[in-house]
Amino acid sequence: MHIVVCIKQVPDSAQIRVHPVTNTIMRQGVPAIVNPYDLFSLEEALRLKDKYGGRVTVLTMGPPMAEAALRKCLAYGADEAVLVTDRAFAGSDTLATSFALASAIRQIQNDMAVDLVFAGKQTIDGDTAQVGPGIAKRLDLQLLTYVSKIESLDLEKREITVHRRAEGGVQVLKTKTPALITMLEGVNEMRFATMPNMFRAARYPLKVWDKDAAGIEDVTKIGLKGSPTIVSKVFAPTAKSQKASMIETESGDPRDIAITLLTKLFTQHPKLEKEIGKRAA
Amino acid sequence: MNATTEQPAKKGRKKFELDPALAAYKGVWVFIEHERGEVHTVSWELLGEGRKLADQLGVELAGVVMGAPGEETRRFCDEAYKYGADLCYVVEDPVLENYRNESFTKSLTDLVNTFQPEILLLGATTLGRDLAGSVATTLKTGLTADCTELAIDPENRSLAATRPTFGGSLLCTIVTLNYRPQMATVRPRVMAMPDKDDSRSGRIIEHKLNMIETDIITKVLEFIPDNRADKPQLPFADIIVAGGRGMKNPDNFKLIWDLAAVLGAEVGATRPVVQSGWVELERQVGQSGKTVRPKLYIAVGISGAIQHRVGMESSDVIIAINNDPHAPIFDFATYGIVGNAMTILPALTEAFRQHLATVRKAV
Ligand SMILES: Cc1cc2nc3c(=O)[nH]c(=O)nc-3n(C[C@H](O)[C@H](O)[C@H](O)COP(=O)(O)OP(=O)(O)OC[C@H]3O[C@@H](n4cnc5c(N)ncnc54)[C@H](O)[C@@H]3O)c2cc1C
Ligand SMILES: Cc1cc2nc3c(=O)[nH]c(=O)nc-3n(C[C@H](O)[C@H](O)[C@H](O)COP(=O)(O)OP(=O)(O)OC[C@H]3O[C@@H](n4cnc5c(N)ncnc54)[C@H](O)[C@@H]3O)c2cc1C
Repeated sequence: MHIVVCIKQVPDSAQIRVHPVTNTIMRQGVPAIVNPYDLFSLEEALRLKDKYGGRVTVLTMGPPMAEAALRKCLAYGADEAVLVTDRAFAGSDTLATSFALASAIRQIQNDMAVDLVFAGKQTIDGDTAQVGPGIAKRLDLQLLTYVSKIESLDLEKREITVHRRAEGGVQVLKTKTPALITMLEGVNEMRFATMPNMFRAARYPLKVWDKDAAGIEDVTKIGLKGSPTIVSKVFAPTAKSQKASMIETESGDPRDIAITLLTKLFTQHPKLEKEIGKRAA
Repeated sequence: MNATTEQPAKKGRKKFELDPALAAYKGVWVFIEHERGEVHTVSWELLGEGRKLADQLGVELAGVVMGAPGEETRRFCDEAYKYGADLCYVVEDPVLENYRNESFTKSLTDLVNTFQPEILLLGATTLGRDLAGSVATTLKTGLTADCTELAIDPENRSLAATRPTFGGSLLCTIVTLNYRPQMATVRPRVMAMPDKDDSRSGRIIEHKLNMIETDIITKVLEFIPDNRADKPQLPFADIIVAGGRGMKNPDNFKLIWDLAAVLGAEVGATRPVVQSGWVELERQVGQSGKTVRPKLYIAVGISGAIQHRVGMESSDVIIAINNDPHAPIFDFATYGIVGNAMTILPALTEAFRQHLATVRKAV
């Protein structure tokens, strides 16, 4: 069995700061990590490999520094890693990104047929959740998003049954491989990297592909040219002009404060008083 | 737009002329999402927003209703008119009984190719995101995710879709100039629910889907509905009492529940509170949690970080309690109390309890 897991290197958003004056992102010193959502997919792929054997290939498109993210995945237990990197990809939106990744997966197929492709539910930077469905459509794979559980996989019959989170419930879906799966967060826990895998990851000769190696001929499909969406403006949220009306009392006694607040609240918002009275009754 | 490569935002202003073939695309569409006989309210919220866009463009607003024959598609259309739609496109076919990516993607792309709308809006739900990403790729057009604001650029009549970036600390406006339709998704509760006008009606355009069950590889074996009773329903709560890290420990957090009980309110929380396991994930409000728009939101021991703010700032009235007079939450709350939550909360709970007792006696 061959599984391709798409991963993206993202800035650790917990540590991103916005410059207070210029309102630009301050990236210096912000560590880059594997998109946290992708790890749930990688772990699921590794579990399938543990059970059925085969190969897990991790794939990313990004700048040369994305190599670190791939090595991290190798340390967790992935077998192969492909970095697709080319200046021509700069400015790709999700349509252009799914085009490039789908093309790279076709090249990976040349080596060994692919049964399953995994992607993260979404990223923490672009946060669109659009690349997974995009790859599936381009490669004509069955799309299984928001999967909470892989119930069964029959490699002989090429059948897979999963639980998919839907609005208001869970769908149990049965379909054929090859399929593209995005895992829901929190459904598994990433294993620890083992020593041998860490050593292997450090020495592993990464496959680094430019656009040609990734099988891309038509450059109008990638980068800014291949991207229908255009960012026309980036700006800071405007602060609400009105600051809170502060409730203060002379005594500072919590009871007085509470009563002052209620009086103000219910005089200025009489409907609210009715609403609360009705509900709490 | 790759997040990993820094580059100036490309200006879409300079002498833009729409391809004549694309100028034929007219009208604003909203995908009406329904499951188990119920329309997801995000669809009505989108009709409210779509109405404004359509009026600005001087075009019609349409709802798109897809489902199995015998489902209540007609009732959904009637409701769509009341929320602002001028007409509805209806596709009825047995293969559309349950949501499946393949049949819905084909149905919606066929419809778009036949009737050519300029704007197509979907809810950013699990269904909407699954479908929107597939349809946009099939149509090879642009899709802007999770928008918080939709507007028409008066210069070129294109859709200007604004969405948070970098965890909500900045906003960006995205346009799709020379591609149609211009697609966008919006999260539930981000847009206001429009008023219902019972006097409105509209017309139906039916469309056939040429698909048979054997064409479709994915089968729905079962649907396991959530037990709603044991899930908090934050997005639709009218009153929410939310606690943050300032509550210090799960024991103190009980004070939040006490006040909520007196008010008949839902309990909400910030991400650190959820991550510490004091309350379940469904109660997280914000960028990576739920968007809420209650009539009253009481925020206790919450600093007001932008990621929390984006999920609750549309609340009608916000009361903030924080011991730091400079906490950012006071910049956008309606009422503020500077003080220790552990002493203010019990007093507030008691004051509400007594006040409500007298209100109830009066009626
Ligand atoms: C602030 C901001 C806003 C943006 N808004 C939009 C928008 O509204 N519409 C739009 O079309 N584009 C948008 N983009 C561009 C988009 O982020 C990029 O195209 C990006 O390369 C992929 O999208 P994503 O990060 O949203 O991924 P998602 O679609 O959220 O990612 C889902 C999964 O796809 C896989 N994946 C995604 N990217 C890669 C990759 N480079 N290599 C390998 N696997 C990958 C991962 O498994 C990931 O978990 C935006 C970018 C930024 C920075
Ligand atoms: C990508 C991303 C997504 C995120 N998504 C979300 C999200 O969906 N929702 C969310 O909430 N956060 C989210 N966050 C986290 C967010 O940035 C903040 O860290 C978080 O909202 C802070 O929570 P808090 O206000 O409870 O804690 P803090 O910021 O630590 O604030 C605690 C407050 O309590 C006050 N306090 C302390 N003691 C007392 C006392 N005795 N009485 C009264 N007040 C007191 C303090 O003055 C302080 O203002 C996200 C972050 C990132 C990077």
